[in-house]
Amino acid sequence: MNGLTPILRASGLVKRFGRVVALSGSDLELYPGEVLAVIGDNGAGKSSLIKCLSGAMVPDEGTIELDGQAVTFRRPQDARIAGIETVYQTLAVAPALDIATNMFLGRERRRPGPLGSVLRMVDRNGMRHDAKRALDELGIGTLQDITQAVETLSGGQRQAVAVARAAAFGSKVVILDEPTAALGVKESGQVLQLIRDLRSKGLPVILISHNMPHVFEVADRIHIQRLGRRAGVVTPQSHTMAEAVAIMTGAAQVEEDLAS
Amino acid sequence: MKIVDSMTDGAAALAPTTHSPLERVQHALHRYPVISPAMVLLLSCIAFTILGNGRFQRPDTIGIILQQTAVMATLAIGQTLIILTAGVDLAVGTAMLLTHIVVAKLAVEQGMPGILALLLGAAIGMALGAFHGGLITRFGLPPFIVTLGSFYIFNSLGLVYSEAQTISKEALGAVDGERLPLLLWTGTGISIGSMRITTGVLLALLLYVVFAFVLANTAWGRHVYAVGDDAEAARLAGIDVTKVLVSVYVVAGLIYAIGGWVQLGRSLSASSNAATDVNLATITAVVIGGTSLFGGRGRLWGTLIGALIVSVFRVGLSLAGVNVFYENFAIGAMILVAVALDQWIRRVAK
Repeated sequence: MNGLTPILRASGLVKRFGRVVALSGSDLELYPGEVLAVIGDNGAGKSSLIKCLSGAMVPDEGTIELDGQAVTFRRPQDARIAGIETVYQTLAVAPALDIATNMFLGRERRRPGPLGSVLRMVDRNGMRHDAKRALDELGIGTLQDITQAVETLSGGQRQAVAVARAAAFGSKVVILDEPTAALGVKESGQVLQLIRDLRSKGLPVILISHNMPHVFEVADRIHIQRLGRRAGVVTPQSHTMAEAVAIMTGAAQVEEDLAS
Repeated sequence: MKIVDSMTDGAAALAPTTHSPLERVQHALHRYPVISPAMVLLLSCIAFTILGNGRFQRPDTIGIILQQTAVMATLAIGQTLIILTAGVDLAVGTAMLLTHIVVAKLAVEQGMPGILALLLGAAIGMALGAFHGGLITRFGLPPFIVTLGSFYIFNSLGLVYSEAQTISKEALGAVDGERLPLLLWTGTGISIGSMRITTGVLLALLLYVVFAFVLANTAWGRHVYAVGDDAEAARLAGIDVTKVLVSVYVVAGLIYAIGGWVQLGRSLSASSNAATDVNLATITAVVIGGTSLFGGRGRLWGTLIGALIVSVFRVGLSLAGVNVFYENFAIGAMILVAVALDQWIRRVAK
């Protein structure tokens, strides 16, 4: 990663909830074309860090830069408009609505002409077509029926829809929060493959996960969060899982920091 | 750990699964929730045609059923919008009565032109809705409690303002009981043979067409469903949940005001003691029509069918010579079946 400028850089993020300090000056750098995993124990501030980057939470202090430009996210929309798409652990899909509607939820396209401008009709067929194409692009075109309600899908299929939505709209960064937590072995494999596909499309990915084998499987670099700040950055080549866990729990320190 | 190739095992994991016949019925109802109420309406019409001593299927009876349904069906559009957001409105009827009594008094006592009085009524209906929406979104109060409170408040205001008096057709400006003023225009109509279709019935139908279109074809309509389905998911997807909720209550208030106009034409008078059972009746129509009380699922046309089912049962049972006290028993039983069916359909989710 030497010589490259980070696409996303967070510096000195602080977030307090009353007397609880969730983030105490946390940094993060994401470089173009990489999969950066974020690991950490419960309460280490992983979720808060990610929420600040995705606009779901506003940090008390600190700065976020996207492409070298300082940005401020007050709402999830702000981050989305800036090109950062997030797949939340809860997936943020409306279960009773169909796949296509969910993929375009909150950014519906209107039909051209007076039907759209006067009657405000949404371009249902156009959105279905594009939703299908987005799924096909990620090799998950096996979801035959784009008009099927999301709640009729399996966990992995729902995850695929959420990831496809992020991939279709995320122009700069895709953040995935525990995407394999609720999935079986086969479905996890599918999602990890999706992450690789995103990277090969040139989209950098931030992957938050508890699952060490998954992290070591796909990550280029691993950001270790501990006690509200970054304890260090390692790679699957430089450290073993046991060493990463040791750093995560405070049993070991990072000798050589690969953060920059 | 070896990762399976996405095109072989991964694809299989994402492939559609097969279903038993019962599951297929469940999926069909899940997808088209209007099927079951439509079948109930059809079967009950057939049953009452057989049991109604030849009077149920007469054109004049059908005209009366439609007229009896018009006010409640209009209000039920607003109720459907609110229930789709996982809310409920217990004050539909009193909001409608309050606006219609204000409209009538303004026209009669202040001599305000009908069109102005109606526009002011619409504004009042929307203000009542904004009051609900504001309390619910700003203070996080449950819709049930907010509208329970305003049920009493609106009822009281209506009685105070009207001094519990009924404003007659003549006072409202009807000449010779024939030529009706604008305020009572919804009571005019056309006769097809012995079947009378009032303007109020047509107005109610028009509102169904408009709002069914809006719900199915606009971004706002989709957001109404999304907010009721999972408000947090909607927020994370970039939908302004507060704005959607307030707009739903305001639009519902406008619909209640129009319902008040339909009520003026239906009773050809204004009284704050009219249509007392309409509050719960709208919820009944929505539920029998297949819309889930948990929000996010249902179809507006189902509500129209639900409203018709209630009227058909009331008229049909009395024509069939059944003791009138059994009418509510039948309707109550239908509500329970509809809710049980909704629970079963919702279990389609994995």
